[in-house]
Amino acid sequence: MNFDLTEEQLMLQDTVGQAMQNECPITHLRTIFDGDSGHDPALWKTLAELGVVGLAIPEEYGGAGLEILDLAVTAETLGYHAAPGPFLGHVLASLAIAVGGSPEQKEKWLPGLASGERIGSVALAEDGGRWGPDQWQLAGGKHLSGRKEFVPSAAIADLLVVGLAGGGLAVVESDATGIQIEVVDGADLTRRFGHVDFDSTPCEVLEGEAAAQRMADVGRVLLAADAFGGSQRLLEMCVEYAKTREQFGVTIGHFQALKHQLASMALDVEPNRGLYWFAAYAQDHAPDEAERIAAIARAHIGDRFMQVARDAVEAHGGIGFTWECDVQIWFKRAMFNRAFLGTPSEDRERSLQLAGI
Amino acid sequence: MDLSYGSEMEGFREEVQAFLEANWPLGDEEKELPFEKQAAVFRERAIEQGYLYRNIPKTYGGSEQAPDVLKAQIIREEFGRKWAPQEARGIGTMMLVPTLLERGEEWQKEKFVRPTITGEITWCQGYSEPGSGSDLASLKTKGELQGDEWVINGQKIWTSGAHVSDFMFCLVRTEPEASKHAGISYLLLDMKQPGIEVRPLRMMTGSADFNEVFFNDARTPAEWIVGKRGEGWLVSRTTLKHERNSIGAAQQTRVALKGLIELARKSEIAGRPALEDSSIRQRLAELEGYVKAHQYSGYRQLTKDAKGEDAGMIAMMMKLFSTEIGHKSAGLSMDLLSEEGLLSAGNAELGVRAKDSQGWIARYMYSLGIAVAGGTANIQRNVIAERGLGLPRDAAANRSPER
Repeated sequence: MNFDLTEEQLMLQDTVGQAMQNECPITHLRTIFDGDSGHDPALWKTLAELGVVGLAIPEEYGGAGLEILDLAVTAETLGYHAAPGPFLGHVLASLAIAVGGSPEQKEKWLPGLASGERIGSVALAEDGGRWGPDQWQLAGGKHLSGRKEFVPSAAIADLLVVGLAGGGLAVVESDATGIQIEVVDGADLTRRFGHVDFDSTPCEVLEGEAAAQRMADVGRVLLAADAFGGSQRLLEMCVEYAKTREQFGVTIGHFQALKHQLASMALDVEPNRGLYWFAAYAQDHAPDEAERIAAIARAHIGDRFMQVARDAVEAHGGIGFTWECDVQIWFKRAMFNRAFLGTPSEDRERSLQLAGI
Repeated sequence: MDLSYGSEMEGFREEVQAFLEANWPLGDEEKELPFEKQAAVFRERAIEQGYLYRNIPKTYGGSEQAPDVLKAQIIREEFGRKWAPQEARGIGTMMLVPTLLERGEEWQKEKFVRPTITGEITWCQGYSEPGSGSDLASLKTKGELQGDEWVINGQKIWTSGAHVSDFMFCLVRTEPEASKHAGISYLLLDMKQPGIEVRPLRMMTGSADFNEVFFNDARTPAEWIVGKRGEGWLVSRTTLKHERNSIGAAQQTRVALKGLIELARKSEIAGRPALEDSSIRQRLAELEGYVKAHQYSGYRQLTKDAKGEDAGMIAMMMKLFSTEIGHKSAGLSMDLLSEEGLLSAGNAELGVRAKDSQGWIARYMYSLGIAVAGGTANIQRNVIAERGLGLPRDAAANRSPER
């Protein structure tokens, strides 16, 4: 029994963390946050050069061939730094093709995704919050006509993996005909959305194994990992503030009321590390538990992140409620992580059903 | 990371099952023994097989096995299935034994560890005093060396099981001239002696598991001291660390969740099983999030411990975390009991698994006892804030030096 990260995984986190610190310090992050696209091509290039964007793509297609746990520890670090851009949708699209594509389809799309030259994303939700593969109604075939909502990085993606009625998946190239993107006024400006309308848009249905559920499960795991990283960062910001801000002649960290609030926040953060680790590990090594633990982890850590974010605003006092204060960036990441792929309550209901309860 | 249950583990499970088949229940003659003796006999055999007390050296009666959560889990499951005695619980095995192993004299380990873990002798803990709760180091019970004996005078309080224990491990002030923390020693003593009077304290549940203990020239041999004179505070820190670990055991919260799901199956809300009620379902599932986080935090801690590395902040949190989970599950149980929540706790006692409504009510109350025992939740928050997050320490007088 060994429940810990490997040296390589720690090094991976360290490398990604360094890159984020160098390429996307908070001042730079704010310009992306306040900018038009929420995307920084230079940062994407750096992550691509580190192999991060193709981490879980098989080596034969130019990826690093690593596991979901490796992807998740990376997501933790990216979440800690509130990495802007298309990482989440990209890795999910890559995974969908790596699992669900025929050999020809993999050959066609994976190398470009692995190198980061092409950006992928996923088009899942339909009207009324229908995120699940069993809820999709968009008819597949050689062409697609219909609407997908809340598609991450819709405006910059080169290809979309689209969920179909019956739980199948299709790939649409973004330069195909009949695509219209409506920009969404989303809260999280580090990860932008668009609603996408298809009108007789040519597509290619994935012909390999069923991949939609696995993609959704891994999506939940990555949201959980990102949420853990983000909540960790918020806790650190609050502790830092408590050590520097002075009132009544002392730093406010001297006051037991605040100390206890921060201790409670820590309790909402630290115990979740092992939970997301296991949820990620299960995706490759405990298939029977994979779907259920992914739902539990996302619901739980997603909610905890949101709570920590609310507490973090309070712990900062007036400044915490401003646009200027960095807390809002993670607050909005928490909103994203909580609602993308469906709500925590849906995950919880699903987790019970999967256990036969 | 490797948690595989592969074929090796399934083989191990069969091995455990075969052992149980042959050894529990005991043979005809041994079955006539009182249950505690039967348990002791069985535990000896299970230890020989390497199934119990896996983290205790063989020399002192343990089975000295490499830490393995999966194997430990399989043992618990299989033993549980056959109602075979598991490791003796209680404060002796959970707190004194680890302390003796870390800080005790060789003869102390030889004399006390084995009978404690087989359940042959039982212990109580003499720490808190009427004037010394969270500020434990202010304790006043006095120990004086007279010839080859310590003579002890004073009073302890909240002493769980003092009325049924054979021995006590306790903190007494032996160096009145020394500073607050440096004046304390860690002594062991025999409870069955004229100088000790035990008076039960009735708890809010109605039962009386804990006591006041009065020392009136109680005596214990000079060498029944763990660590040196004046080192008692440090020695007790070892023990408290173990108490937090053991109270924080994630296993208990998992059992509680299972029990709640069963309760929800049987209870009704508006004529339908409570388990079909969506708000109950949400609360159960939410609770499971905490329980899972607890479980894997335990795995993390265990892995770090096995490697001899510091588990970091999580180790300081386990007690508070399980306390908070306890509050949540207690609250949910009361909602499931609906009008039966008007009942008393009956005569349920600590450690008795809740079965009927009154058992759940007892647990509802006991979850508060657990919240206080071994350091109140607010003290735990101080520890997390100060040692874990590095925030300034409280300006209280005479606090122990950081270590």
